[in-house]
Amino acid sequence: MLIVAERINASRKAIRAALERMDPAPIEEEARAQDAAGATYIDVNGGTFPGREAELLCWLVDIVQAVTSRPLCLDSSDPDAIAAALPRVKTSSPMINSINLEADRYARILPLALEHRTKLIALCQGEGALASTAAQKIDLAAGLIERLTGAGIPLDDIYVDPLVFPLGTDHQSAQATIAAIGGIMARFPGVHTICGLTNVSHGLPLRRLVNRTFLVGAMSAGMDAAILDPTDRDLMSALYAARAVYGHDEYCMELIEAFRDGTITA
Amino acid sequence: MASEIDTIKDLVIRGKRKESVEETRKALAAGVDPSVIMKDGLIAAMSVVGQKFSSGEFFLPHMMIAARAMTEVVEVIKPLLVGEAAEKKGKAVIGTVAGDFHDIGKNIVKMMLEGGGYEVIDLGVDVDPDKFITAVKAESPDFVLMSALITLTMESARRTIEALRSAGLREKVKVGVGGAPLTQKFADEIGADFYGADAYECVQACNRLVH
Repeated sequence: MLIVAERINASRKAIRAALERMDPAPIEEEARAQDAAGATYIDVNGGTFPGREAELLCWLVDIVQAVTSRPLCLDSSDPDAIAAALPRVKTSSPMINSINLEADRYARILPLALEHRTKLIALCQGEGALASTAAQKIDLAAGLIERLTGAGIPLDDIYVDPLVFPLGTDHQSAQATIAAIGGIMARFPGVHTICGLTNVSHGLPLRRLVNRTFLVGAMSAGMDAAILDPTDRDLMSALYAARAVYGHDEYCMELIEAFRDGTITA
Repeated sequence: MASEIDTIKDLVIRGKRKESVEETRKALAAGVDPSVIMKDGLIAAMSVVGQKFSSGEFFLPHMMIAARAMTEVVEVIKPLLVGEAAEKKGKAVIGTVAGDFHDIGKNIVKMMLEGGGYEVIDLGVDVDPDKFITAVKAESPDFVLMSALITLTMESARRTIEALRSAGLREKVKVGVGGAPLTQKFADEIGADFYGADAYECVQACNRLVH
């Protein structure tokens, strides 16, 4: 299971404050904690500071790389920021978060992915309204996968994110995402699927419980990557158990090791 | 009559849409004034729902089902409203800003405003400044309300306000903004008239400014 650790994100108050002050300490701490908790990739999101996106994303890249050898996931709505940050990345195969079918975004991100041989999070999002049904999500995924592989991106580098919308406003939203994951994985063997977990529980109580239940459901349909908080022990426990239950953990050795080193708990 | 209105109000707060509509029909058949149902039933109900949501007692789904019940009752009584009661309190043009496709918050504000007696022109999602300008020219609204849900698109709200200014329309409307990443500080910075932390605050601000 590929884990993109989500905590270094300017939408979080502590991170935004650190970015405003350009204070590296909280960023370093988050990077170390997520590394230790089992992150595969560390996402870096510098938010929107008009005119300073590139500077701040580069700053994050330098700080995080100084304290962890985990590869980075460059997360910005500004393609220029991603272009500026990519040459500073020292580890091999970074990830870009994200590309989608919007013409501008697609045209800007694709050459960066090809040039730097990155992995790509591909959002099921086009020019129009958001895709809410499984069929719409699968259509967008097919369009993305066909275009990206046609352009020379290896299937194995594509992480399709079907997106999940809040259950609080559409009680079928999570099921649509889970069905889309199943459809995408069946139709394009070798591609990956990924999803952030927090949106599903927007506006609900007991959000962490809903998030991890959704994670397990998505994993049952074949999702093999997730954008999540690896320092959430309950979430990671559910993830390890689901890996074992769905047959991805030979002799359950990962589960046992995580139990032994105290990473997970009942 | 008071008890019939209270029943409708209570059912709408609890999001019981079938029952709300049934009780409304019963009340109308018994001769209850539809404008009283509107004011003391629906508007009062949405105000309670808004307060409960703001205080954390209600979750998002509560808000959704109450707004849905209210909308259905409005459909029943709207054709019966005459004279003063049929007059709208004010008119608002609403939309999610350019580059942004999130419509949950915008739709809740829309439903609450309609329940609150406003006429609402919904421009949908990904609304660029030009579309807002065109709508303001065509509709002469009291309010322009913008929703932005991602940090990147907050700047679109600024661009819309600048466009209103360039078109000489800024002083003709009150501009309100809202959405998760926005703050009062940002609203002040871009020159909006008000910031609504949630749908209820937005309706309250409109009520305050409409007169």
